[in-house]
Amino acid sequence: MTTVTATAARPAAPGLLARPAVRKLAVLAVVAAILVPLAHARWSSGSWPAALTIDVSGPLTDTSTWIIDNRDSHPLFLYFFGHISNAVVLAVRGVYLVLLAAGWAGVTAAAALVAWRVAGWRLAAGTGVAFLACGFLGMWVPTTQTLALMVVAVLASVVVGALLGLAAGLSDRADKVLRPVLDTMQVLPAFAYLLPVVLIFGIGVPAAVLATVVYAAPPMARLTALGLRGADKEVLEAVESLGATARQRLLTARIPLARKELLLGLNQTIMMALSMAVIASVIGAGGLGDRVYQALASVDVGAALAAGIPIVLLAVVLDRVTGAAGEALGEEPHPHGRRLWLVALAGAVAVAVAGRLVGRLDWPDAWVLNIAEPVNRAVDWMTAHLYSGVPVVGGTADWAGRFTTWVLDPVRDGLQGLPWWGLLLIVAALAWLIGTWRTALTAVLALAAIGVLGVWKPSLDTLSQVLAAVAVTLVVGFATGVAAARSDRFERLLRPVLDVFQTMPQFVYLIPVVALFGVGRAPAVAAAVVYALPAVVRITTQGLRQVDPAALESARSLGATPAQQLRQVQLPLARRALLLAVNQGVVLVLAVVIIGGLVGGGALGYDVVFGLAQGDLATGLVAGAAIVCLGLMLDRVTQPTERRATKGA
Amino acid sequence: MGPRIRTTALGAAVSSLALLTGCGAADMTKQASPFANAEGARTVTLSVQSWVGAQANVAVAQYLLEHELGYRVDTVQIDEVPAWDALSQGRVDALLEDWGHPDEEKRYVEDKKTIVNAGDLGVTGHIGWYVPTYFAKAHPDVTDWKNLNKYADRMRTPESGGKGQLMDGSPSYVTNDKALVKNLDLDYQVVFAGSEAAQITQIKQFAKEKKPFLTYWYSPQWLFEKVPMTEVKLPEYKEGCDADPEKVACAYPHTPLQKYLNADFARSGGDAAALLKKFRWTTEDQNEVSLLIADRKMSPQEAAKKWVDAHESDWKKWLP
Repeated sequence: MTTVTATAARPAAPGLLARPAVRKLAVLAVVAAILVPLAHARWSSGSWPAALTIDVSGPLTDTSTWIIDNRDSHPLFLYFFGHISNAVVLAVRGVYLVLLAAGWAGVTAAAALVAWRVAGWRLAAGTGVAFLACGFLGMWVPTTQTLALMVVAVLASVVVGALLGLAAGLSDRADKVLRPVLDTMQVLPAFAYLLPVVLIFGIGVPAAVLATVVYAAPPMARLTALGLRGADKEVLEAVESLGATARQRLLTARIPLARKELLLGLNQTIMMALSMAVIASVIGAGGLGDRVYQALASVDVGAALAAGIPIVLLAVVLDRVTGAAGEALGEEPHPHGRRLWLVALAGAVAVAVAGRLVGRLDWPDAWVLNIAEPVNRAVDWMTAHLYSGVPVVGGTADWAGRFTTWVLDPVRDGLQGLPWWGLLLIVAALAWLIGTWRTALTAVLALAAIGVLGVWKPSLDTLSQVLAAVAVTLVVGFATGVAAARSDRFERLLRPVLDVFQTMPQFVYLIPVVALFGVGRAPAVAAAVVYALPAVVRITTQGLRQVDPAALESARSLGATPAQQLRQVQLPLARRALLLAVNQGVVLVLAVVIIGGLVGGGALGYDVVFGLAQGDLATGLVAGAAIVCLGLMLDRVTQPTERRATKGA
Repeated sequence: MGPRIRTTALGAAVSSLALLTGCGAADMTKQASPFANAEGARTVTLSVQSWVGAQANVAVAQYLLEHELGYRVDTVQIDEVPAWDALSQGRVDALLEDWGHPDEEKRYVEDKKTIVNAGDLGVTGHIGWYVPTYFAKAHPDVTDWKNLNKYADRMRTPESGGKGQLMDGSPSYVTNDKALVKNLDLDYQVVFAGSEAAQITQIKQFAKEKKPFLTYWYSPQWLFEKVPMTEVKLPEYKEGCDADPEKVACAYPHTPLQKYLNADFARSGGDAAALLKKFRWTTEDQNEVSLLIADRKMSPQEAAKKWVDAHESDWKKWLP
């Protein structure tokens, strides 16, 4: 991966052409001068020329018909997919039955005791409370279903990710092959590949687990490879000099040395798997996600929130516990470690057995708190008072209308009005200036692929929504990030809010955004901003805080005002982090365009949802592929110097 | 080193897969949900579609199956077309409200025989274009499609690009609206709300402000009780006038809604299958339950209980 700073840091040589940026642009200009007239003469059209598109709907429809007709009889399904599918069902069922047998008391006790051993009593208490809260919200059974699904999906992701990471960590060739694959998997919005998975495995748990694995395995693979490659050379040499075989070296030195990365990988995989739990409800995964989705159908925000809160709680608990486990790794093991684990285990079993004896396996109905009603009343009040007619500032509906007319429309019309080759040139220039000719080529090819697939116009519509949402996200995110970097108190207050924003299933806030902004592209943008904001705020805060204190100190001693310090020291020094924030913002916003399709965003998002709802592989897959291409293009254009191993957690 | 590990791991994975699921062919049509039949309970899996009417059917069926016949019921939310797929594979046992899918009927009911028709639901569905009644009263001529262009200005929104807005709903719904607007030469733009939830929310907001709007909507639907709407007359429906999706220029038909069961379940589903086959109620019944769920925010189970308690004579004859 190339560095942006390298280009920027190089001293400016005399003569304009000596500057790499100018040289790159000059080369592009020459290429354009030759190719554009040719293209224009041949296919004179502003939009993508019809002669350069391929209609893939025929073959795709044939494929989908073939799968449906052969799904019950072809050996490929009987002896391969069928076994995978059965294995997933059996595994999930096994975990679910264990959880049911342990009862709510047993599961809560086991979770709290594990948290106690791994992360201390504070987190143990938090874990216990979180599990009980799931029960109080009336969500115990869906919670266990989601847990069963998660256990299997995370295990499978970890195995797949670790195997890929092992290959990439040990062999340079495998690394080279896998890197672009993992890159692509990370910019894929999950919705885009639900349809093919469903077609093969059918609606239900197997498809959901497999889609989750595709989504959640890359961070594990990436971090495993990173850990293996980062192992201390001296230790390895020492082990080798002891005459260890390659396998022994791997098992006794390299893997133990990579423990921290492996745990971080596990943490990221869990978070991503959980975020997928809800999306997977669209294809019949059941559990909490399905409750959120069903509540959405009856326009019941309160009920959706009641199912959304357990997801947030599970995510926060799992994040903190695995995070604490990672931090505890370097420390001395507790002297009675093993014995305490036994105590914990015995405690959990005792509680489970006690629960069974009193016949209290199911969560008692009388202990359920109904939060739906007050929540709905609050939402109704809010939307009724903010929607329109607010004095001076106008209602949210007016803002949304203005945002649509003054920002979204001009950007969309501008993009769609540009000649197609012009857009390709702009993308090439941007990607090349910020990266290498390779990234530029990928970006241009990705954009061209969109044209070839015949979805040029809707894709530009989606792009305009993404650009507008990214702009809003960055303005708000940078401002919040700067504030959080300056005040510890503010950052502490912000943290739980960001946790909730990041893990709350988007389906929960779909109805409030529509109630505030009306149906259309504006609510889609609002939903995307809410989703992408936490990552941008976090990366910005972290980047600003890591700025060398010595540099800040010297600026202060020179009498710089806080604003000057920020502008002239902190921001330039945090440039890498800020670029990363831009990149993450873009990728995350794009991931929500599908959700935008559910509130009137139209364009590609609607097409993907349409494909899923109608089982129309041609429409759904082409739109999904276009989203992937858009993602690749945007990722390359904003390619930062280093990529975080996550999609944003 | 690397490759060896991978082959061993692959070998282990494949053999454990085979061990776990048994050798030989794995029939994907024989897989139920992993959450089904836990702890020895007999389970029925019902598919729920995204509109509230479908939720009402399922809620009442679920209540009776659980309380009268002692089943455990799992529900999964799936759109209609994927639900046909899921039915065929035995992932769900029943689809209680189908609005007519001739392609799927031919493929699964006639050719593959994996799904059987379980008779009428008793409710007749109708899709149409609607304006709010407060607007229709003030401007009675808006209820004929020929006069719609006169009102296009009034129906404009930021999303409709200078034309009037015709709001469509979820992508899973049957719609000819794009073709209709074109073929009837209307000065309207179809804007897809993308989900029924978004559409209902928007309709309620419009109604709160007494704004005019034109929307795709369908009956039976509980929202009519909250926001009275009047249908706009489209050119009359005649058998086959919607055969060519590009050339449609007529209204939507009235469809007696159908129930479908997985063929195996219909044969060996015992009392549950028998009850679902006999399940048949009226539009008013369905609306009663829908309104409780969607507007009074009762949980589907509570709403179903309320209806079941009040209509004993109706459902007694469904019991096997």
